[in-house]
Amino acid sequence: MTSLSLHIRTKNFPGHDGEAAQNILSDLKFEVGNAEFVCLVGPSGCGKTTLLNIIAGVDLEYDGTCERTGNRLGFVFQEPRLLPWLTVRENIELVLDQTGDADTANVAGNLLATMDLTSVEQAYPRRLSLGMGRRVSLARALAVDPVLLLLDEPFVSLDKPTAERLRGVLLDSWRAREVSVLMVTHDLDEALQLADRIVFLSQQPTHAMLEWSVPTPRANAATVDQMRRNLLDQHPELLSGQGAGGGAGAIEPG
Amino acid sequence: MAKPDLMRLLSIAGLLAIWWLAATVADSRLLPGPGAVASVMWSEAASGRLGLHLTATLLRVAAGFVLAFFIGTAIGIAMGRTKWFDRWFDPWLVILLNMPALVTIILAYVWFGLIEVAAIAAVALNKVPNVVVTVREGVRTLDQGYFRLAEIYRLSPATRLRRIVLPQLYPYLMATTRSGLALIWKIVLVVELLGRSNGVGFQLQIYFQLFDVAGILAYAVAFIVVVQVIELGVLRPIDRRLERWR
Repeated sequence: MTSLSLHIRTKNFPGHDGEAAQNILSDLKFEVGNAEFVCLVGPSGCGKTTLLNIIAGVDLEYDGTCERTGNRLGFVFQEPRLLPWLTVRENIELVLDQTGDADTANVAGNLLATMDLTSVEQAYPRRLSLGMGRRVSLARALAVDPVLLLLDEPFVSLDKPTAERLRGVLLDSWRAREVSVLMVTHDLDEALQLADRIVFLSQQPTHAMLEWSVPTPRANAATVDQMRRNLLDQHPELLSGQGAGGGAGAIEPG
Repeated sequence: MAKPDLMRLLSIAGLLAIWWLAATVADSRLLPGPGAVASVMWSEAASGRLGLHLTATLLRVAAGFVLAFFIGTAIGIAMGRTKWFDRWFDPWLVILLNMPALVTIILAYVWFGLIEVAAIAAVALNKVPNVVVTVREGVRTLDQGYFRLAEIYRLSPATRLRRIVLPQLYPYLMATTRSGLALIWKIVLVVELLGRSNGVGFQLQIYFQLFDVAGILAYAVAFIVVVQVIELGVLRPIDRRLERWR
């Protein structure tokens, strides 16, 4: 069983003022299994946001297929994107309005408790710390009880300990639910610590250049270096720009 | 502004002092002092005339404002969100914005007669273009990221409007409300002066014919006070409520 089965033959951006159309995605194909955690790792500007829009069903202008099981979808944006004029609780209840779940107050309350957010439920987002904002954003995504959870570089620009803590929260939430996760990141170490499987994306026009199952047990802060070295020894082509792989790689040096 | 601002009170007292001084020096029926104006206000209020005419004017202000606000907001949102609509109606807007209020009023009376509907339509028509311009500006600054959020989480149109669009438009709607009240009540006075038989504008017309400056000032001051009461008693509390999150 898969939660997501994707095959995009082509996705173009129309050219402006007579310029040629830009080919963003080309023959991009991968799947996300039930309750599987998949990370997409690719160079910046490889069309990841476009790809997530297609999967979320917001962008319908492409040639190909995108099949999802169920329509309950959680989405965590790069920045928390909380409505600043609503309290933490109201921000979560906002997306519950649409699920038809009668007991929104209870659902929101339980989620706030599990995510350790009860103390700030009446606060407005501008009073939250960066990490707290991301946590609310994650709680909002989980509130709809998603079949598929999409994350667009959710821990970027956080300090290390905060990012580490939030990764723990994400893993716990994932384990506690039957949810499939597809997370975009450009941080290979992050992917190694979180994912069951990593799909490496090429530069534009983007396709999947390698799918790699992460060995268990998952890497932790101590073992991640070793795992990264093993991976890159096996697949030097992943490194972009310089080195033996030369050019098309998913991983930017440094 | 929880406690009365001392500076403001002193400033108003200073203005009254200058007025009083000028009136004392001039010593003329054409420049009555604050005391004389206050006593006219008192007698007009006691006779019930002040209340009657103020109410008539306020009702016209309210009707004209509500009409202009809703029509202008709807057109403003449409123009802000739809390109061809904006390009088509923008020249109309420019013409209406530059149309003198007096012309609209005279034409409304000529075409529809000296009736209440003509008066209120003329007032609303004068204000609609301002509302449209302000709301359109607000709509253009709406954050597209929130719309993407709404799309992904499939929020209903009503929820989008209430939770995402209106909170962002709110500063613009308040701005247009404030400038609207200031503009509309001035236009209403002209409308009344030209073709109504009650209201503050009608009273001003009578006192003008009698060269009764105390009467003119009494009604003007009364109206300024009413507008300030609306600002402090209605608009500020709304502001405070909606601005909590800041």
